[in-house]
Amino acid sequence: MSTTTQTPKATDGRPGTSTTSRAARLLGDRRLPVVVTATLFLVMYIVGLSRYQNYGFGEPQVFLNLFIDNGYLLVAAVGATFVILSGGIDLSVGSVIGFTTMLTAWLVEKQGLPIVVVIPIALGVGAFGGFLMGYVIHNFEIQPFIVTLAGLFLFRGLCLVISKESIAIDDSAVSSMAQAQAQLGVGFLSIGAIVALVVLAAAFYILHYTRFGRRVYAIGGNEQSAMLMGLPQGGTKIAVYTVSGFCSALAGLLFTLYIQSGDPLHATGMELDAIAAVVIGGTLLTGGSGYVLGTLFGVLVLGLIKSIIQFEGTLSSWWTKIATGVLLCAFILIQRAMTARGKT
Amino acid sequence: MTTTPPAPAPRWRALTQHHLFWPVAVLVVLLLINVPFTPDFFSVKMTDGHLYGSLVSIVLFGSPLILVAVGMTLVIATGGIDLSVGAVVAITGALTCSYISDQSDQGALAGVFLAMGIGLVAAVVCGLWNGFLVARMGIQPIIATLIIMVAGRGVAQLITDGQIITINSEPYKLIGGGYWLTLPFSIFVVAAVVAVTVALTRKTALGLLVESVGGNAEASRLVGIRSRRIKIMCYVFCALCAGIAGLMISSNTSAADGNNAGLWIELDAILAVVIGGTSLLGGRFSIGGTVVGALVIQTLTTTIYTIGVPTQTNLVFKAAVVIVVCLLQSPKFRAKVFGNRFGPGKGAKGGSGTSTAAPADAAPTTTTAAPKMEVS
Repeated sequence: MSTTTQTPKATDGRPGTSTTSRAARLLGDRRLPVVVTATLFLVMYIVGLSRYQNYGFGEPQVFLNLFIDNGYLLVAAVGATFVILSGGIDLSVGSVIGFTTMLTAWLVEKQGLPIVVVIPIALGVGAFGGFLMGYVIHNFEIQPFIVTLAGLFLFRGLCLVISKESIAIDDSAVSSMAQAQAQLGVGFLSIGAIVALVVLAAAFYILHYTRFGRRVYAIGGNEQSAMLMGLPQGGTKIAVYTVSGFCSALAGLLFTLYIQSGDPLHATGMELDAIAAVVIGGTLLTGGSGYVLGTLFGVLVLGLIKSIIQFEGTLSSWWTKIATGVLLCAFILIQRAMTARGKT
Repeated sequence: MTTTPPAPAPRWRALTQHHLFWPVAVLVVLLLINVPFTPDFFSVKMTDGHLYGSLVSIVLFGSPLILVAVGMTLVIATGGIDLSVGAVVAITGALTCSYISDQSDQGALAGVFLAMGIGLVAAVVCGLWNGFLVARMGIQPIIATLIIMVAGRGVAQLITDGQIITINSEPYKLIGGGYWLTLPFSIFVVAAVVAVTVALTRKTALGLLVESVGGNAEASRLVGIRSRRIKIMCYVFCALCAGIAGLMISSNTSAADGNNAGLWIELDAILAVVIGGTSLLGGRFSIGGTVVGALVIQTLTTTIYTIGVPTQTNLVFKAAVVIVVCLLQSPKFRAKVFGNRFGPGKGAKGGSGTSTAAPADAAPTTTTAAPKMEVS
């Protein structure tokens, strides 16, 4: 099914590269995938508007809900962007999110700690988990895939150690935080959505305007040359996984606010969503090329698919997975066309 | 490659350097841990003409994992990875069960065979698609197979319409839950697949070709090996193994669950391969090691049940074992902890001076003919 729709996209780059230089330059531009994703988002939004206008798709709140409903995914995907830019991969995202919801719910409900104390604890645990994984990856030269896989098992297991049942959060401070809304005139945003946008802005600044950000790109581009240039490769790698762990824990907190419970099975497989969002956002999985803004559009596209499926009404939830897979495929082929161009 | 190095070293040292030493040691230790808790752990009883016992059930419940892991070994040997096996398991089970459930006579042999054929063809198609993306389009394997991993579960749910399809078919029940010659039938299936794989890879040149493609695909192409075709074959084989495992899982439960069948089996399979000493970098593999690795994982699960650790800590244990095994296999870690006995000198042997380019060199003790070369 996806072959027929994808081949035109993949092939129309090739004649262009050999004949016209404009197309070649366009394909060589690293911003192309982000532009493609943004365009796709716009097209999907417009199609949605034309189809479901009578059902209120055009309301500004529907657009803002994309941020409210996917804030946690955005934060997790931003963390995954760091790791993928550095040429690694983090499979533990979903488990850390699940563990954070569990830990938060347990500390708030069973231990009676105020949420203000719990938040730094949860963030610290997530960041420390990421730090440990980064430490092992760098110091013992074990592949990130395997180490974060162990992290996936460990955190999911720790969830179950805390409790096998889900824990509902009735704490008044948490529910008031969850229900807080920031009015924007045309609609409102939840705290989760605002935090997500702040994280996005911070990541944008760090990746593009700080020394650390440049190091991440350099190591992802070519680890060997980065080392020969004298960049502190180990520290950067460990920091990248720490950032990812921190982002996952923050995403877990936002997720807790979003559904107000802890459950050992929360966010199973969310790492795939995060990685898919990053890839759809145009970040190369080999590392070294991509933009965190692309990740934003990647998350928005995934969110929009969900909303459209909701508005359509007759489609079942599994179409989300199929649509995500098809999109992934399309964007991977675009990336492929780009990198093939870059090498020749 | 399976031969121990003919070094004049003492016997013990030659033994510890054998690539199967660590996996087998872990397996033996795990099995021995059971003995204080269940004294008759190693006994095998004969009841109703069937053999029962912990060892039999470890192999029985581990058989889908062994199958998937054997397929995965070949893919990893070519320097790739296949994340889609779990989804393939789900698709195969879903297709087969939905076809059988549509039959008027679910016990009819012809219908069951046709259904299994349909399921396996679907698996092969998935493998071809993966192979096409990896070998023809040159996409990173982890990403190429991510597509089916994400979309495949959706397809499986589409086939089963989001329901769990239950069937009642005696012949189909045999492959995953039946007995033959006093042993579970699935053990024979696994043994056949493993034997065929070993024969094909070690008695013919195929195994060597696979290793050379994994070592350096471009160089092997220049030598005249059709590396693309070899890669595609490996992905198809891996998907086929996953398909057979899918049949086994759905037949064992007499149901197809698009959502949960084979969930996380890809991670377990990769784990089994790594425990078995196959380097994730490709270029060499050990089917025997993989089988031992899969048995280690299944034994671990069984051990957790038998020694009465709460089952919810299963995953924590698994994580601990993964970490320990991976650390033991890391040359750098052994150099740091055990001093220079297992020193880095051997680990860097194949690395041609680029020590960072060969991380997780999981089997530094094997004497492979082809050192890895870094192009680009």
